[in-house]
Amino acid sequence: MAEAPWIIDIRGLRTAFGSHVVHDNLSLQVRKGEILTIVGGSGTGKTVLLRQILGLSRPAAGSIKVFGASVTQGSRQDLEQLRQRWGVLFQSGALFSALSVFDNIALPLRELRTLPADLIRDVVLTRLAWVGLTADDGNKRPSDLSGGMVKRVALARALALDPELVFLDEPTAGLDPTRSDEFVELIRRLHQQNGFTVVLVTHDLDTLFALSDRVAVLAERHVIVCATPQEVLEFDHPFIQTFFLGERGRRALEAEATAGSAVHGKP
Amino acid sequence: MQSDAQTVILDRSGQAATVRLAGAWTLPALAPRGEARQRRQALAQARADAAWDLTTIERLDSVGAQLLWQSWGRRLPERITLSPTARDMFALLAENALQPPPPPARESWAAVRRVGDAVFGIFDHIRDLLVWFGLLLLELLGLLLRPHRGPWREISAQVYRVGAQALGITALVGFLIGVVLSYLSAQQLQLFGASVYIVNLLGVAIVRELGPVLAAILVAGRSGSAITAQLGVMRVTQELDALSVMGISHAQRLVLPRVVALMIAMPLLVLWTDALALAGGMLVSAVDLQLSPAWFINALRDAVSITNFWIGFGKGALFGLLIGLVACHHGMRIEPNTESLGRGTTASVVASITSVILADAVCAVVFSELGW
Repeated sequence: MAEAPWIIDIRGLRTAFGSHVVHDNLSLQVRKGEILTIVGGSGTGKTVLLRQILGLSRPAAGSIKVFGASVTQGSRQDLEQLRQRWGVLFQSGALFSALSVFDNIALPLRELRTLPADLIRDVVLTRLAWVGLTADDGNKRPSDLSGGMVKRVALARALALDPELVFLDEPTAGLDPTRSDEFVELIRRLHQQNGFTVVLVTHDLDTLFALSDRVAVLAERHVIVCATPQEVLEFDHPFIQTFFLGERGRRALEAEATAGSAVHGKP
Repeated sequence: MQSDAQTVILDRSGQAATVRLAGAWTLPALAPRGEARQRRQALAQARADAAWDLTTIERLDSVGAQLLWQSWGRRLPERITLSPTARDMFALLAENALQPPPPPARESWAAVRRVGDAVFGIFDHIRDLLVWFGLLLLELLGLLLRPHRGPWREISAQVYRVGAQALGITALVGFLIGVVLSYLSAQQLQLFGASVYIVNLLGVAIVRELGPVLAAILVAGRSGSAITAQLGVMRVTQELDALSVMGISHAQRLVLPRVVALMIAMPLLVLWTDALALAGGMLVSAVDLQLSPAWFINALRDAVSITNFWIGFGKGALFGLLIGLVACHHGMRIEPNTESLGRGTTASVVASITSVILADAVCAVVFSELGW
């Protein structure tokens, strides 16, 4: 099996709802092992793009390949196989409300139907510990959790199968700044550890600068630039000027420059 | 996927045994049936003081690491050679020492408690229903005092939804029941040469009992469940909270229009079901008993007193009230999770059909005692 150069390869993507065109001739590639952040204003179709990569909705035209297999034209089995290799953190968590926290995380592992129960138990407890929850929390119902805890459980579930590719949709939205920093640190550490690829959708500039290897900016119905954060900042486009170089953006940049210069070197 | 290559290599030749691990120790590698168990057994053969060599492992992920960690008794062996990433992986495991999950609290006398809970649950339901009924009466009073502020548009939309859209199914079911009933009674009546009494039989049975009950059961299944599910989803999506915060009463904006609409639509649906059921009966009488439709209609006028008609009509309104109240009551009790939504909708349909039949029985006794 020849290793594909890209983990995700999107070419000529077109999405339209009626006469409203969201994406037109959009292309985006994700390298193995990197953390790629997708940013864009509201309504530029970030979530739609994510859903299309996940095979939840179909684009009008264009091709999407993940791990070299086509999501848009692949057979059911192909898609099935793909889905065991990725994990997704949905924006609102999407925990199964009928199951306890423990069962939520254990579900993908149990679905394999071959792992011994005590191994599943330890793996789930480890995942819970990774995201800063206790075994006690495992017995809770999703409806008893706070927003931040839902996020963390959802991350634990996304990582349950040790995926090679992780999608994070607004991972730090709804977390307080301390928790948010911890969460970012957690993702970075797990990323270093397990070497998975991360596709991140976020509005949070702190998260963006702390994590991203590359940033893809969605505007005018396609990816206007996809490069390292520094290069994106130097790119001349009105959206980038307002998004990154506004008051908030500058603050996040300064914080990252002082804190991250020592710690966060480029690999 | 499954390789026959040895993944656990025990070497007992040296002074102390060494264990060398090879191949992939990842979730996909462990996923085939029995693989995890086999490897665990192989690992268990290692001596406690064995030296471990993990450098020949091709891929290690956290599930594989967990398996090794388990077999080592949750600590790193003293003599081990491994890569820095693997060491970091085990460090992460060591750092998050597992607390065993607390045993789920088990209650003695759980069965007795369940019975008690069920009894109190019933009282709770009845009290809640009465509260809703009271609120509804107050809102109705308010509607009469200030009719221009009533939710008329919503009521009319609901009448269309629970009434007009139910015309098809009630017509079909009513007609078929009329045919079946008339067909069976025709056979019996012919034996006694009392064919003409089929009009009395069908007329009273359908107008007084079957029409209202049939229509009520169909509407309970159709609209009762829809109302419960709709209110339940509004709870899940916090729309109910949003209304409360705006100071808009649930009783006025959600419950009142639905119950009033059902009370308006149900008598009309009863009338419609009656008509179709009698039409079915008339058809069978014409074919089977050679009673002409014109004669049938004339005889019907004498057979069914106006009291019977009003009883059926009034029962329609009463059943509408019951279905609406029970459906809204269950909808408002739904908790924000999917399981509760499913359970609540089922309970709502069961409760509203039961309450309709119960009310019908009470009506039958009361009206016959009154001599109507």
